[in-house]
Amino acid sequence: MARQVSVAQVRDTVRALCLAACREIGDDVLTALDEALARERSPFGREILRQIIENDRLARERGMPLCQDTGMAVVFMDVGQDAHLVGGDLTDAVDAGVRAAYREGCFRSSVLSPLGRVNTGDNTPAVLHLRLVPGDGVEITVAPKGFGSENMSRLGMLTPSQGMRGVGDFVVETVALAGANPCPPVVVGVGIGGTAESAMLLAKRCLLRVIGSPAPDAELAALEAELLARVNALGIGPQGLGGDTTALAVHCAQMPTHIAGLPVAVNMQCHVARHKRAKI
Amino acid sequence: MAIHITLPASRADLAPLRAGDAVLLSGSVLTARDAAHKRLCALLDAGQPLPVDLAGQGIYYTGPCPPMPGQVIGACGPTTSGRMDAYAPRLLQQGLLCMIGKGQRSPAVIEAMRACGAVYLAATGGAGALLAGCVRACRVLAFPELGTEAIHLLRVENFPLIVAIDSLGNDLYAIGPARYAGR
Ligand code: SF4
Repeated sequence: MARQVSVAQVRDTVRALCLAACREIGDDVLTALDEALARERSPFGREILRQIIENDRLARERGMPLCQDTGMAVVFMDVGQDAHLVGGDLTDAVDAGVRAAYREGCFRSSVLSPLGRVNTGDNTPAVLHLRLVPGDGVEITVAPKGFGSENMSRLGMLTPSQGMRGVGDFVVETVALAGANPCPPVVVGVGIGGTAESAMLLAKRCLLRVIGSPAPDAELAALEAELLARVNALGIGPQGLGGDTTALAVHCAQMPTHIAGLPVAVNMQCHVARHKRAKI
Repeated sequence: MAIHITLPASRADLAPLRAGDAVLLSGSVLTARDAAHKRLCALLDAGQPLPVDLAGQGIYYTGPCPPMPGQVIGACGPTTSGRMDAYAPRLLQQGLLCMIGKGQRSPAVIEAMRACGAVYLAATGGAGALLAGCVRACRVLAFPELGTEAIHLLRVENFPLIVAIDSLGNDLYAIGPARYAGR
């Protein structure tokens, strides 16, 4: 028997996750910021890190958004194949949750038609990534994405001969080109392999990991540590004004790809690394 | 020690500022981002008057959140300034003396700043909740139909900034990272 899950529950869960994500930064980010503050040599860098930590405390205390760019609502849903979603259209329910949260939270409506530039007025539609998984649960993760950082993302269709070295150089080059724009300190999501679109989605999923938790695969964990050191040696620093803390973490993941290719996608995330998860 | 600056200002008031100085800004400042800049430049193209006088003014690149009940303004951190580079030199020619945002500026903007004696100040991106606490008043001045992208007039008090590019063209986005690179 399939377990029934109403789309109204999905809507309410998305609403609650959007509200929490835009107001409350994760403890992993705060810990990483504290550690960075202790290490940072640049006086500007330290002042900026202190402002960010204070901002994050104020937002939580006052229930206000961390950043005026409350992002485009990226919603990941893992739906159990034994769960039956009932009571209406799932996509509409997700959008209704986003709409309710952005209105209730006094969050900015940042979503518009790309060419006409006409704002939809309620931050919908969300970007919905659905995955069918074993079991009868429904897991929802909401990650509102600001575009200061999203705009700095890049896809490289490398050749196999470029290998690990080429992947690393592409990541470091992407962070260097981004400079101050993605509001450093950043979290760098790197998706290696697959196809053009799956590499970028893999990179985005990397941003959902606990900051600084190493990849389970030892080869990737070593690559992450090497890239974090290289990126921080760029000297970009907090807000790009110079310093040791350009990134709080580099997170990598890989998936099989084609014999002719080596895709590498870099999805940039600012220090407002927002995401909240719940199970129904 | 932070330097106290009040806007609007004269060229002479801003001339002593140097890249790397910490500033606490008070007074009035306009907001404008992508859509408002496009409108302002379209008016200039058409030879029409602007809805705001830019002489001696500062523009803060931000699109604030709506205020929560009891607030003057919602979160209001800076947006990426580079997207305004295509428009900024024309506004500097109109007398604009101060730009506030985040991120690097193009060589053409820096050249126009030197010619006009303007400064560019950096606010901390992603500190919108903190910065909202320095805004005492906010009202829409032009293009209300643009919503968050309308031109607002803010009254700010001790708004914390760093001089990123001064009126001589010294650029902290180049100087700062070079100091720490490879170390
Ligand atoms: S990049 Fe992040 S911190 Fe910067 S303005 Fe956008 S959402 Fe805010």
